[in-house]
Amino acid sequence: MSHHLVEADNLFYTYPDGTAALQGISFRITHGQSVALVGGNGAGKSTLLLHLCGCLLPTKGTLRIGNLPVSRQTLPAIRKTVGMVFQDPDDQLFMPTVYEDAAFGPHNLGLDAQQVRPVVEEALRRTGVLHLQNRPPFRLSAGEKRRAAIASVLAMTPDILVLDEPSANLDPQARRELIDLLRSFEHTKIIATHDLDLAMDLCERTIVLEGGKVLLDGPTEAVFQNNDEVLLKARLAKPLRLQGCPVCRRKESSG
Amino acid sequence: MMGTAGQDILLNLGRMDELARSDSPIHRLDSRVKVLTTVVFLVCVVSFPKYTVSALIPFFLYPFYLMTAAHVPTGLLLRRLAAVSPLAVLLGIWNPLLDRQAVLSVGFLSVSGGWLSFCSILLRFGLTVGSVLVLIATTGLESICAALEKIKIPRIFVLQILFLYRYLFVLTEEAARMLRARSLRSFDGRGTGLLSFRGMAGTLLLRTFERAERISQAMYCRAFEGRIPTKQVFQISRQDVLFFFFWTVFFIIFRWVNPAAIWGRFLEGITE
Repeated sequence: MSHHLVEADNLFYTYPDGTAALQGISFRITHGQSVALVGGNGAGKSTLLLHLCGCLLPTKGTLRIGNLPVSRQTLPAIRKTVGMVFQDPDDQLFMPTVYEDAAFGPHNLGLDAQQVRPVVEEALRRTGVLHLQNRPPFRLSAGEKRRAAIASVLAMTPDILVLDEPSANLDPQARRELIDLLRSFEHTKIIATHDLDLAMDLCERTIVLEGGKVLLDGPTEAVFQNNDEVLLKARLAKPLRLQGCPVCRRKESSG
Repeated sequence: MMGTAGQDILLNLGRMDELARSDSPIHRLDSRVKVLTTVVFLVCVVSFPKYTVSALIPFFLYPFYLMTAAHVPTGLLLRRLAAVSPLAVLLGIWNPLLDRQAVLSVGFLSVSGGWLSFCSILLRFGLTVGSVLVLIATTGLESICAALEKIKIPRIFVLQILFLYRYLFVLTEEAARMLRARSLRSFDGRGTGLLSFRGMAGTLLLRTFERAERISQAMYCRAFEGRIPTKQVFQISRQDVLFFFFWTVFFIIFRWVNPAAIWGRFLEGITE
């Protein structure tokens, strides 16, 4: 299905203060793919994400979502297709209750109260926060906030999910549950993260960014297995799971 | 510490909002009716001349009625009132100093106009802030905002109130974290002065701008077009109409008629 396609062609973006954040990025993500976007601080991940939801428009080059180029005219269609989950749930959950927050998007898309309810309830049920629907968002735990933020995006039935650091600030169990939840989605997923083990778990493909350019792009395992020097250059490291067992290593060196 | 005091007030505010989710005949009234009635109440209270004291007394009936009928705990409300009262005292305390003309004598004691207007300010403060607090505790800020929008208050103001309320908590938490971080690195009162406060206020302002930008991005990503949807259902019942007319008539009558003065004149008539 072509409307799930994400295609960047030689993308450039320079901030008004002169910072060149993206310097010629190209990639093509097809339907149902799950892609990790990794890189050090300031590599351009967040800037790229803001392009995907049309919050920033490229200085040069084109970005196509489905068959549409991202531009001021196509923004409404783009925002219906792409669901963006921000890094800080407090920025995203601005309505008085969890229910109303999830209903915010569908309402804006023109659905009336009767049509909104089943959509919102389904989104809240899928993310496991239906029982919190009448609670104000600022009273929730970090894990609950994250789920509510994802529900608020799911309620708009997007084709493509974009997540910025979804596992940040979560305790190990909440992180595990989040991974299981995300795995259950059949959407095209683009996940910017420093949690490389999460990338291993969820994404078949990984794009490594450095200095606003694509350094590596390929199957996740291959990217992390045989590229120690490139990873170092991108301020990354092997996922912990690939680094070998510390207990065994201690035994080896002592014995 | 300043941070904890601020958080106490906010926790109380959260408590008020929780109260708004309980149920009583007052909670069930249409929020527009409650807002409008409170507005009439405020206008009447504020429009009294500056030396008015005794004529204000009947107006206490309204907040007290709401509190009892809606089971709002008196202690909580009084604490909230006390928390903001320094402002009223600060505004009013100049009057006794500036206005020393004696306007009233009780026995051999003469009361100056300044003290009288000071009393009047305190009473009015209690009435206005008290009734607004009761309105929040029985209606909830979101419903109040929905009602304001419904009675054609410009949307931009309603949005401001809604967002102010939502992010007050986030902002105070941020400020409290900064204060904590500062106190951990300042010794013997050094580093707690105005200079570092200025820096902190500036940082907080910049962070607020950044957050505002992120929030607006998040809103536009979800197809925001300037309208905040509410699940509020508005329906005027007979109770609503009765409530509104009873209290409006009550306020208007007692705005012009002072029972204490009538009683005084009545007593005078007997003694003559």
